[in-house]
Amino acid sequence: MMRAILLILGLLSCSLLSPLPVRADDSAALLSRLATDNYGDIESGITALASSGLAGSEIILNALADGRLSYRPSDKALFIKDASGAWMEAATNATPASVPMGLKPVKVNNRVRRALEAALGSMTLMSPDPLKRIAAADAVFKSRDANTLAALDAVISKEADATVKRHFEDARAAVLMLKSDAPEADRVAAANTLGARGDQDSLALLSSVTEANAPANVVASASLAAKGIERRLALLSTAQNAWYGLSLGSVLLLAAIGLAITFGVMGIINMAHGEMVMLGAYTTFVVQEFIRAKAPSLFDWSLPIAIPLAFCVSGLVGLLIERLIIRHLYGRPLETLLATWGVSLVLQQAVRSIFGANNREVGAPSYMTGVWDLGGFQITYGRLWIIVFSLAVFLALLVVMKGTSLGLRMRAVIQNRRMAAAMGIRTPVIDALTFALGSGVAGIAGVALSQIDNVSPNLGQSYIIDSFLVVVFGGVGNLWGTLLGALSLGLANKFLEPLAGAVLGKIVLLAIIILFIQRRPRGLFALKGRAVES
Amino acid sequence: MIAFLFRRFDKTATGFILALALIAVLVPVFNLVVSETSAFHIPNYLVALWGKYLSYALLAVALDLVWGYCGILSLGHGAFFALGGYAMGMYLMRQIGARGVYANPILPDFMVFLNWKELPYTWYFFDHFAYAALMVVLVPSLLALVFGWFAFRSRVTGVYLSIITQSLTYALLLAFFRNDMGFGGNNGLTDFKDIVGASIQSPSTRAALFALTAVFLALGFLVARALVTSRFGQVLAAIRDAESRTRFLGYRVEHYKLLVFVVSAAMAGIAGALYVPQVGIINPSEFAPANSIEAVIWVAVGGRGTLVGAAIGAVLVNFAKTWLTGTSPEFWLYGLGALFILVTLFLPKGIVGALAARFGQRGEGDAA
Repeated sequence: MMRAILLILGLLSCSLLSPLPVRADDSAALLSRLATDNYGDIESGITALASSGLAGSEIILNALADGRLSYRPSDKALFIKDASGAWMEAATNATPASVPMGLKPVKVNNRVRRALEAALGSMTLMSPDPLKRIAAADAVFKSRDANTLAALDAVISKEADATVKRHFEDARAAVLMLKSDAPEADRVAAANTLGARGDQDSLALLSSVTEANAPANVVASASLAAKGIERRLALLSTAQNAWYGLSLGSVLLLAAIGLAITFGVMGIINMAHGEMVMLGAYTTFVVQEFIRAKAPSLFDWSLPIAIPLAFCVSGLVGLLIERLIIRHLYGRPLETLLATWGVSLVLQQAVRSIFGANNREVGAPSYMTGVWDLGGFQITYGRLWIIVFSLAVFLALLVVMKGTSLGLRMRAVIQNRRMAAAMGIRTPVIDALTFALGSGVAGIAGVALSQIDNVSPNLGQSYIIDSFLVVVFGGVGNLWGTLLGALSLGLANKFLEPLAGAVLGKIVLLAIIILFIQRRPRGLFALKGRAVES
Repeated sequence: MIAFLFRRFDKTATGFILALALIAVLVPVFNLVVSETSAFHIPNYLVALWGKYLSYALLAVALDLVWGYCGILSLGHGAFFALGGYAMGMYLMRQIGARGVYANPILPDFMVFLNWKELPYTWYFFDHFAYAALMVVLVPSLLALVFGWFAFRSRVTGVYLSIITQSLTYALLLAFFRNDMGFGGNNGLTDFKDIVGASIQSPSTRAALFALTAVFLALGFLVARALVTSRFGQVLAAIRDAESRTRFLGYRVEHYKLLVFVVSAAMAGIAGALYVPQVGIINPSEFAPANSIEAVIWVAVGGRGTLVGAAIGAVLVNFAKTWLTGTSPEFWLYGLGALFILVTLFLPKGIVGALAARFGQRGEGDAA
């Protein structure tokens, strides 16, 4: 059955593509029309050659386009120079017996070049390769050359492939749309075809139809179709913005969630949190360098390997900071803020001394690259994975907080530190573990951020203020608040950007948050308590 | 008024004022009068450098007023400093006149470069020194008034307040980076020529600016001291130590905070205005949150709640910064980081506080 269909298709394409027989003296006359220095003659020669279906005419026209075509004025014979510089007779494809003498190149000006492009375009419309036919149709769509109309009409009626046929029809509609002598009904139909195509190019084309170049009902249908496209594009860009906002929100969630835990439990601001993120990113870099050197085949596994390592590295550094510095400063949150700022400076400089001040190259594994196109709505796999990953981290932390004994103790300390201590919870241990956990999560965030941002000693700095805002906005000690805070900040950022520009959007957002804190000084999800000072 | 400023003077304060008066006279003398070949000659660059330190010291005193005495840890005081600096910078830009690269008598070079035709209304009247001087005080004060009114009224305190002051300066940083704002974008304002008719490059102007900075530092110190030693200052300390209790005693806590915040912002603005002509440039990086935090460490090193300590801390830390960035640049950040950690851990009262405790004096912060 399959074979039969293939056979029929083959026969069809043979009948479609086989050139009409052209007699030898005709072909010589046809070719000699190019052997001149009159641009008008060359132009008409090209069109004649293209519609003749003469075998090898595509090679000749391509040679002309590349400036490799010459002629001998004495007998008007055409010669083609191939890539190696050898000459070939255009009429016979044969290598001439002796090197031809006295050749003159066939010259091209802009008008000739246009005719040439159109001719080549209409010739590839008949190419046996469907991809080439589509490319040719798209080229016609862009050039809108009225000369190709006849060729298009011919191929549309014979095209079997539905996709290719649609491209042909789009191209034909594009040509007809602006062809002032085309029948009105055809142009109205063309407007509808373009409206159905619905992309930016069609919109530009449709909006160039005005009273000046078209009758009233053509203009009406064109503007109707243009409105439809605009609606569709607006919808698409909203969806795209929402997606970018979601993606930014998930990045903020990753960066802020560790901060939210330490802030919630210990009531301190860890200014070195951004540097924990940076350490995670550098851990990824080191893991990748190691894999590149020792086992390149494992490269796709570099991120899964880096995640636990980054958690350990950042977690251990966090534990050290807590044991050495922060535990001496409890009850003095403002001093803790200053001391951790000092830690962040030292860590930044240490990384700069070890790895250099320049950005480090962190590669993307194969599953992180590529784009998933959903009818104009583009989803990059890298962003998709980061969203999935940050939600996974969020859920894991939720399980830790709600389902484990450590989480229970943490929540107890968040709610009432002294009461928790009175119930036998060793709050210093909880503090140390909380800080290590928060720092470790920051390290994990660093692994993800290494995929979308420059890995440099300043990586953490660029996220720290946003992370604070997420925590302050969402309220402390509440993971759901952090989730909501991160996503709404991400979405607000991306929706403000097109309205006000990237920088102004950010400023507006900062102003909104500063005002928001006035209304709800303890964030969206404040813990309810009766203490005067919480 | 004078009597009010010099009330309850003690040895430290007298010494500080005398020292300032001394260097305000001696540094210009050793710079201008003593011949350049003499070993006692102070070169021009040192005058400008020390002038910069003194304007930082004024910023530190302003910060100490809110942090040391009222417990408001502002991580955005650099914003007030930079706003004062921009107001002065705008005056200096207008003084360039037709001597700019594009020789436009009205528009500063960067506006000609951006193809602007008219002066933005924000730049009107800045060719008058009096107006610019007014703006140096007014703009930071107004910002502090509006910001503080919102923040203190809704009882944003502690680390929350620190974070939103940081966001404030960050937002201004982003805003001033924009060319559309009309303040020179990321290049800022520079290439100044004259200040009140005198060439800004000449040694005598430099020396005068230095002396003026010392005088303003002394004035700022006196105002701050008068505030904190008065009844008002006692309420401030009460707010710092137990805000709710003070409120329950019937004091309008937010009014006290707001007043001291606005005074401090005005002082920071003046410090910025003195800083710009001596450094010769103002650009948006002055708004960077890191700058504001660095100012906090000056206060912490010198001793918060001592005023004198804040000024000394600013000079010491910046001297160390100049020295370290000159000899081993990569070591500076280690040094600064270590300073933050060590001072908070081992020297919570700063140098002056530790010395006072050692020699049996009560720190001034405790006196209130």
